[in-house]
Amino acid sequence: MATYEPVLLRRIGRPECQGIEGYRADGGYKTLERVLKELTSEQVTNQVKDSGLRGRGGAGFPTGLKWTFLPKGHPGPIYLCVNCDESEPCTFNNRVLVEKDPHQVLEGIILASYAIRATTAYFYIRYEYGHGMRQMQKAIDEAYSAGLLGKNILGTSFSLDVFVHRGAAAYICGEETGLIESLEGKRAWPRIKPPFPAIEGAFRKPTIVNNPETLANVVHIMERGVDWFKSIGVPPDPKNPRDAGSYGPKLYCISGHVNKPGIVELPMGVTLRELVENHGGGVWKGRKAKGAIPGGNSMGIIPESEFDIPLDFNGPGTVKALGLGTAAVTIFDDQTSIVDVLHNLCRFFAHESCGQCTPCREGTGWMLKIVERIRRGQGRREDLDILEEVADRIGIMPGTTICGLADGAGWPVKTAIRKFRPEFESYLKSGPRQGVRLQMAQSH
Amino acid sequence: MATVLVNDISVDIGDEKLNCVQAAQRAGVTIPHYCWHPALSVVASCRMCLVMVGEKKPDGSIAMQPKVVPGCQTPVKDGTVIQTMDPMATTAQKATLENLLLNHPLDCPVCDKAGECLLQDYSFKFGNASSRMVDEKNTPPNKPDIGANVSLFTDRCIMCSRCVRFTREVAGTAELHVVQRGNHSEIDIFPGHPLDNKLATNVVDLCPVGALASKDFLYKQRVWNLKTVNSVCTGCSTGCSIHLDTNKDVVYRLRPRFNPRAQGHFMCDEGRLGYHQVNSSQRFRKPLERGESGTRPIEWSAAVASVDRGFRQVSGVDPGNAWFVLSPFLTLEEAWLLASYARSVSPFVRIVSGPVPRVGEDDTYPKDRKGRPASNIKFTIRAEKCPNRKGVETIVSHFQKTPLSFGDLLQACDAGSAHFVYVTGGYSSAHPGFRVDDADKLSKVPNLIVHDLMPSALTDRANIVIPSAAFSEKEGTYVNHAGLAQSTVAGCVPLRGMRTDGQVFLDLLGRKGLVRAEEIRKEIGKAVSVLAALAQGSTGEFGVFTGSGS
Repeated sequence: MATYEPVLLRRIGRPECQGIEGYRADGGYKTLERVLKELTSEQVTNQVKDSGLRGRGGAGFPTGLKWTFLPKGHPGPIYLCVNCDESEPCTFNNRVLVEKDPHQVLEGIILASYAIRATTAYFYIRYEYGHGMRQMQKAIDEAYSAGLLGKNILGTSFSLDVFVHRGAAAYICGEETGLIESLEGKRAWPRIKPPFPAIEGAFRKPTIVNNPETLANVVHIMERGVDWFKSIGVPPDPKNPRDAGSYGPKLYCISGHVNKPGIVELPMGVTLRELVENHGGGVWKGRKAKGAIPGGNSMGIIPESEFDIPLDFNGPGTVKALGLGTAAVTIFDDQTSIVDVLHNLCRFFAHESCGQCTPCREGTGWMLKIVERIRRGQGRREDLDILEEVADRIGIMPGTTICGLADGAGWPVKTAIRKFRPEFESYLKSGPRQGVRLQMAQSH
Repeated sequence: MATVLVNDISVDIGDEKLNCVQAAQRAGVTIPHYCWHPALSVVASCRMCLVMVGEKKPDGSIAMQPKVVPGCQTPVKDGTVIQTMDPMATTAQKATLENLLLNHPLDCPVCDKAGECLLQDYSFKFGNASSRMVDEKNTPPNKPDIGANVSLFTDRCIMCSRCVRFTREVAGTAELHVVQRGNHSEIDIFPGHPLDNKLATNVVDLCPVGALASKDFLYKQRVWNLKTVNSVCTGCSTGCSIHLDTNKDVVYRLRPRFNPRAQGHFMCDEGRLGYHQVNSSQRFRKPLERGESGTRPIEWSAAVASVDRGFRQVSGVDPGNAWFVLSPFLTLEEAWLLASYARSVSPFVRIVSGPVPRVGEDDTYPKDRKGRPASNIKFTIRAEKCPNRKGVETIVSHFQKTPLSFGDLLQACDAGSAHFVYVTGGYSSAHPGFRVDDADKLSKVPNLIVHDLMPSALTDRANIVIPSAAFSEKEGTYVNHAGLAQSTVAGCVPLRGMRTDGQVFLDLLGRKGLVRAEEIRKEIGKAVSVLAALAQGSTGEFGVFTGSGS
């Protein structure tokens, strides 16, 4: 796959990659012009649906299918919310797109808005992305001046306004309905579903929430066609009729104990080992990897022996991790204590649980307290079973919470204990190694 | 016609739109819940009502969903199957209770809610006997000054958010909100904006645990010592249905009692805290007679005889000079008995209804952010600060065919043509019925009888004062602003040696026996056509509408 030519990232690093002139010089907004003048909204939706594009935000829901859930013939307004609240730790694929190539994302926003007949789009960007916010705002201003936003875009009857909304700096604001609540100025407590946002979302109107990377893909699907998109990635598993396949390019974030952390665009289905060895420069300091988080913290932890899984929507599931998530790979080397890894993960989720549903609010806090105690050397054997049980019983999948944060909080715990149980047990016996930095933030 | 199967019990829910919790209630099955409340929006966050739900197919087979769902959020339809005893459901409920108790201080011995706490009840019924948590609990500081009448014990809170939703959806004033995240979440107020709306203390009733406490009731009683009867608030003409909680004949608390016909689920703070007069040491305990050297207590029999003698003396000369004032605080039965007594002597005796205290305009909730009333009214505090104007006026107009008003009486006092006046009171000290100049005019009456609870300008001028019983000490019926007649039960016996108003009127009438409100109600129902609904005797849990509607 060394011959793969990046599409989404192709303009990153060019001197004029952020401004509208540079984007236009590279052929930008030509697709938009053609689509607005030649295609209907349904044709755009159908083309995206046919391409098999799945959401890049983490859940992997088919994008075109989501768009078709909007009520037919709705008098409007319909809203598009762009979910750039990229708060999954170690994930920075949207950051790169928004900071370095905002017009590519903006073109995707306009195309998607045209497809779903939205006349207002909200670009919800996480609070910490100040630079990204300014880049995006600049791109939007340029687009307004160029007649690409506002009333009657490019002389057609299509009008669109895009607003940048700076987020509230909470992980839960990245949850679809939490984002909508936050956008409405409320506490980002996810809503109960149904109704789903496509029926009743922001300001009680039909709303589609998409990730910037997804929208960037829409541009290229409209430009190069379905066949090009389907030529990249992994086709559906013929044995699994419910599998929608993992087509298209994907931005993989590599971080942790590697020599060359960074972002790389590859066709879906690259293996984790390949990613670490060929694109991440191998594990740092000549050490070996102990394990990895295959796709953002909430997807779970896998040991080095399972690094041969393909990183597509199905791959991590084959080794009993949650899924691809945001495809943010974090490697930890063999000198890292798994207890420390788990402690750090638990701390994150206990801090970020929004506090709405009892199982998640109390469960994440309890898991943190237990892991903190284990880390101090006061763990008991039954603690591992309790952790596993608590992790198993929180989340949408067992039906005990409103949103998926609890699933994400549970998976790292249960995968860590199931896949690294011997190490936990020996830690329980021997206690912390000398020199472990116990003072590292005891609680949040 | 929709049939729902709850734990294999088939229940017909008709065309109603119900959720699983309500449908199970119909079948007599309790699905435990904290955050769900019928008067508030659904958030499905406590996760206590987790049940298994499925659907009965036309061919008779049952397809269950593979996971638990919150019963409060899941609507039922024809063929819905609810399983509350499925191991997956009971395990999930157990887990929720274990979670809720992780950071709960378990200070039941000093908690006001103990005994009526849903956390206790559900833990006993659905939970584990012990906790597996060995780590330290979170101990957020309490917030005793969250409101004038409400105190928050932060550590007991289970974050059901009922109180927050109440202040947003019913009061509309939105003082409460959630701060922090995760298991550090707390209920709080914005600085300088305490929970001080007129409905604030309802959050104490809504709180399923002991987190929100009424300062008025705090540390006064253990709830299992309280005796509860159904009563009606006498604070305004809304006539909120209430629970009256007493112990050893002392009133400790009023709580709203759900009544869809009267007020719904809630009551206002003024009504809730209006009972203090009942326990006042200022109350009259014995009849008083004014003589040359001031007032002296006399026996009840002597007082009754004296009133009767005075009345007959005046009506023997000219019955038009004898007046009876029926207070809007009297029960229907009392008004009926007193008017009957007046009429038993002469048909020309004048009967008027007492003054009606009004304060401002009807106060409706929710309010909007700026304190203006919103259009979707959920609760009304009425300007009319008496419980039974409608009822008493109906009785008065039944007896007094040519209508007279209290103003006519005052004119007669000025003209010197009122020689005997029997005034009933019972007004709350916050909204007195008689102004001082009314009392001055009435003081010109040669024989002024005042039947009241507490000393006032009027009782100071009376020839004979007869003590009244408080609303908590007597049974009777009140007709609210909409014509809804609700009967109350006596929650405590009257003060030692006291005779209730009705008993005094029976004595005056020369009728033997105790006051039996139900018998008198039947009597009224037969005699007064607009009150015919009372002929049944009982008004049931929610009251009956009479013809004296608005």
